[in-house]
Amino acid sequence: MSNQQKHWEKTRGLLFITLAIWFVFSIGIFLFGAEMNEVTGPFGYPWTYWFTCQGSLGAFVILIFWFANRQEKIDEEFGFSEREDE
Amino acid sequence: MKGNFIDNLPKIYGIYTGGFVGFIIIMAIAEQMGMTAKTIGIAFVAFTVFIYALIGYLSRTAQADAYYVAGRQVPTVFNGMATAADWMSGASFVAMAGGIYFKGYGYMALLVGWTGGYVLVASLLAPYLRKFGCYTVPDFIGTRYGGNLARFSAVVVLTVASFTYVTAQINATGTIASVALDIPFQYAVYVGLISILLCSMLGGMRGVTWTQVAQYIVLIIAYLLPVFWISNKMGAGFFPHFMLADEVARIGELEQQFGFVKNAAADLKSVPKGLAGITKAHSAVNASPWQFISLALAMMMGTASLPHVMMRYFTTPSVKAARKSVGWSLFFIFLLYSSAPMLATLSKLSLIDPNLPTGIIGKTFAEVEAIDWYQNWNQANLMFISDFNGNGTLELNEFFMGGKAVVLATPEIAGLPYVISGLVAAGGMAAAMSTADGLILAIANAISHDVYYKIIDPKAETAKRLLVARVLLVIIGFAGATIAAMEIQGILGSVIWAFDFAMSGLFFPLVLGVWWKRANRQGAIAGMLGGLIAGAWYLVWVRTGGSGFLGITQLTFGIFGSAVSLVLMVVVSLMTAEPDKATQKMVDDVRVPSGKSILGKSH
Repeated sequence: MSNQQKHWEKTRGLLFITLAIWFVFSIGIFLFGAEMNEVTGPFGYPWTYWFTCQGSLGAFVILIFWFANRQEKIDEEFGFSEREDE
Repeated sequence: MKGNFIDNLPKIYGIYTGGFVGFIIIMAIAEQMGMTAKTIGIAFVAFTVFIYALIGYLSRTAQADAYYVAGRQVPTVFNGMATAADWMSGASFVAMAGGIYFKGYGYMALLVGWTGGYVLVASLLAPYLRKFGCYTVPDFIGTRYGGNLARFSAVVVLTVASFTYVTAQINATGTIASVALDIPFQYAVYVGLISILLCSMLGGMRGVTWTQVAQYIVLIIAYLLPVFWISNKMGAGFFPHFMLADEVARIGELEQQFGFVKNAAADLKSVPKGLAGITKAHSAVNASPWQFISLALAMMMGTASLPHVMMRYFTTPSVKAARKSVGWSLFFIFLLYSSAPMLATLSKLSLIDPNLPTGIIGKTFAEVEAIDWYQNWNQANLMFISDFNGNGTLELNEFFMGGKAVVLATPEIAGLPYVISGLVAAGGMAAAMSTADGLILAIANAISHDVYYKIIDPKAETAKRLLVARVLLVIIGFAGATIAAMEIQGILGSVIWAFDFAMSGLFFPLVLGVWWKRANRQGAIAGMLGGLIAGAWYLVWVRTGGSGFLGITQLTFGIFGSAVSLVLMVVVSLMTAEPDKATQKMVDDVRVPSGKSILGKSH
């Protein structure tokens, strides 16, 4: 397998992990919205309510930065990161 | 100042922010010295619009690279701010807190959808389209799949989606300009339009970028300052986001106590159009999982397909910067979105809690009608009370309010000085203007670059291309303003439709263009046109009394459209020949950040 194929394999792996986490916070937890809202969560808000106001939104912000850093590492590992002068 | 413009950006915008805060303080002092509310409103809107126009003028350019992609040198964090302003429209600023106030959990699917979509943007599309080096979204479609028909189909989808969106934004600038400047709406729409064009006409994307950063600073101050102030004034908490649990619980108690009484249809007829009462629980789960998830999903996929957002990431210096910039965009959006539910909570509690001095439920009608702010907002057609049961006291089901009132009226109800209301008007104007600018530019650039330059006259010189681009900008702006002046549909409804149109026609052709090498021209054309037609058909069908299926409503018709698009694209691609070697090589090159961009620097 060529260097580029390996790079793409890893990139795709990272995509699946990222989308899996995205799925949990955007869709997964809201399958159980009614049940989860019975429980008190962070700062005293009901759990589901807190996720819609802050939790999921914040998770997305962190997820994107985490993804960007991981992808940079992958690009560096295979020598595909951009040179500064480009 | 030493050094070049880009290096000095933090200093420039630092001074700008300081200047704006200084302006707020001067206005506050002027109010104490007797300046009228009307003059303050005019001063806020006029001053900020003048600054944007000045930035637009200073950013004028005669180069294609600067006009279309701001010279590809916008630093990560500043591009994040510009994207946040581009993204957060009049609907986010003025209508969102109101939606949460009235509909609670079911509506908050939009909060999740309008943020979660950025994960798709960052991981599936933005870095790859940046590597491609295109000027517009149809530029990518046209080059990846090849052929004028594919390019033209993308322009069609882009225009349908963006135009649906932009009329709503021009409508919003008109509404704010008409209230703040006290002129009729039909004229105010054109005042709004001229302000919008001043930012974008001379500098194109470069002008829009630097005004959007300035607009973000105004709109975020205008949103957060009142939320914190009201929360502290009510004694609800120093930092509302972490401290309103008691208030949320208290609203639940009051809802139990008052109960949601259903009004008779005959009674509701007397309520002015557009006003609503509180009929849904504030923090309880009031929608089925599929209702919530389908709306969130439609908004997320729509986010990743809307061209005015995607083209912001064409302006970063590198692929790496494009990825990081998506994160910053969402961070700046998060600051406002996480505050909207807090504002809705504070607003609702201050109105319905009989223990608070501002609470009106339980008071007599004579008492409420004597309140200053009630009279003002009743006159503005945003508040209404009616004694349906004839007992003389105001019940929860007898109080009606417009969605905009939550953002616009809450500062006044809480007893904040008028300077805050002026600030909020300037913020709403900034939000609507920045989005309208991004959208009009997206349409005009697609038509001037993809239709005129790439299809009609590939030999045109830069000066002529940019002239065509500017003429189109004005024509599209006026077309949008003319439709906005007719007031056909509400702001929020048409915004949601725009997302559905975009995802119906563009989501899969864009994503598969990067992630599926086998996708070819025939498949992409079938996917774009088939998806758009299927989505539009479903919308018309449901609007004309069709029952719909799978719980897909007129707000989520993009789910049906994009499903049709995916199936058509895969089936047609597999039935026709695979893309040639050169195209496959191109896809390979897009997938790695290093090396030259696919399209040359100036094309």
